Amino acid sequence: MKLKQLKEVLNAKVLYGDKFLDKDVKMACGSDLMSDVLAFIKADAVLLTGLTNPQVVRTAEMAEVIAICFVRGKKPQEKTLKLAQEKEIPVLVSEFSMYACCGRLYKEGLLSCDGLK
Amino acid sequence: MNNEKKITKVQELVYELKVRDAMRKDIIRSSPDILMSELGETLRSNRISGTPIVEHDKLVGIISIEDFIKWLAEGGKDCPIESRMTRSIKTLYDDEPLVHAIGKLDKLGFGRFPVIDRATGKLLGVITKGDIIESLLRELEIDYHEEEIHRYRASHIFEDIIADKTILRFEYFVKGKDFNRAGEVSSGIRKTLTRLGIHPQIVRRAAIASYEAEINVVSYTSGGEISVRVQSDKIQIHVTDSGPGIPDVAQALKPGYSTAPEWIRNLGFGAGMGLCNIKKCADKLDIESTVGKGTRLKICINMKAG
Repeated sequence: MKLKQLKEVLNAKVLYGDKFLDKDVKMACGSDLMSDVLAFIKADAVLLTGLTNPQVVRTAEMAEVIAICFVRGKKPQEKTLKLAQEKEIPVLVSEFSMYACCGRLYKEGLLSCDGLK
Repeated sequence: MNNEKKITKVQELVYELKVRDAMRKDIIRSSPDILMSELGETLRSNRISGTPIVEHDKLVGIISIEDFIKWLAEGGKDCPIESRMTRSIKTLYDDEPLVHAIGKLDKLGFGRFPVIDRATGKLLGVITKGDIIESLLRELEIDYHEEEIHRYRASHIFEDIIADKTILRFEYFVKGKDFNRAGEVSSGIRKTLTRLGIHPQIVRRAAIASYEAEINVVSYTSGGEISVRVQSDKIQIHVTDSGPGIPDVAQALKPGYSTAPEWIRNLGFGAGMGLCNIKKCADKLDIESTVGKGTRLKICINMKAG
């Protein structure tokens, strides 16, 4: 799924990274626990989270996340967004809840990071 | 709002570069007394759409192909260009940032600006949109090229050094309790290992392991050091701190065991996964810890791909 498509499915706003919307999202991972993200996420996955501090971006960088999407309309802290720009990781915000975001993406056929459909 | 906060490389460059870096210096100038009929020939043979008019090194006006067409349309009666040129000229100084030039081009709708010296008022060159685009592309290419050179240089180190054993060692200092910068060290390690031409899977494991360790140092201690030793067959990451130490290492390695205070949990860590994650990424993990003295993590990752 293209990031552009994911944006539509989640009715999300792009806070940074319009130029990356043509990238391919291979999987998704939804978590507020960054250690879990580091443990399970695969490269080129989108990270759905309700956590908005800069460590989300650091985690995304280490785990080679293709994009971060904040759920439930959570606006990231300014330093978070700045860091994302620096690291060139696209940032989106969806008004849907974590559960709804996951559900919508799952329905569209986006894989989970554990590889099971 | 957030859109305006985005900073791209190009935006960075337009502030960094000066008008003088992008302007054309080898410009065709005309003097005020040449005739309109001569101007036509100057524009045509040089394939330019306008020229600044200079008298004793001072810019006195500017004339464009539009002025020429207008003159033709009005009958084309020959006269010195002085009488058809624009006198109130908008200029740029050579030491202004490029972003001013872009702003003025946009706002005033002109195709070009003469560039003058701030002190003497002397004409130095002309700048057009094309010149700006060209200079930006040139700069971006240099940037790209530099990153390529970094990579090339680094990945050849091991082949270039003649020795029975080569070890590359680099060190970092981690500040305790500074969560805004937590991860910077691991980011540096990740970038460096990538430049060394190490397999992405290995880089990923090293980066995640060092990041979890860095988070621990930031969370529980007043600071520490991370040293990375790269050999042709393995990467060793040593993380040393003088923090409180781990009373029961076996317990600490159990998934979910945590002593983390609330503020660490609020940051998305502290769920008792850190050491497990490090262990998962490492081929070998040794933990030496003395309560009240500190902890040393020895992470070893073998260099085989996959």
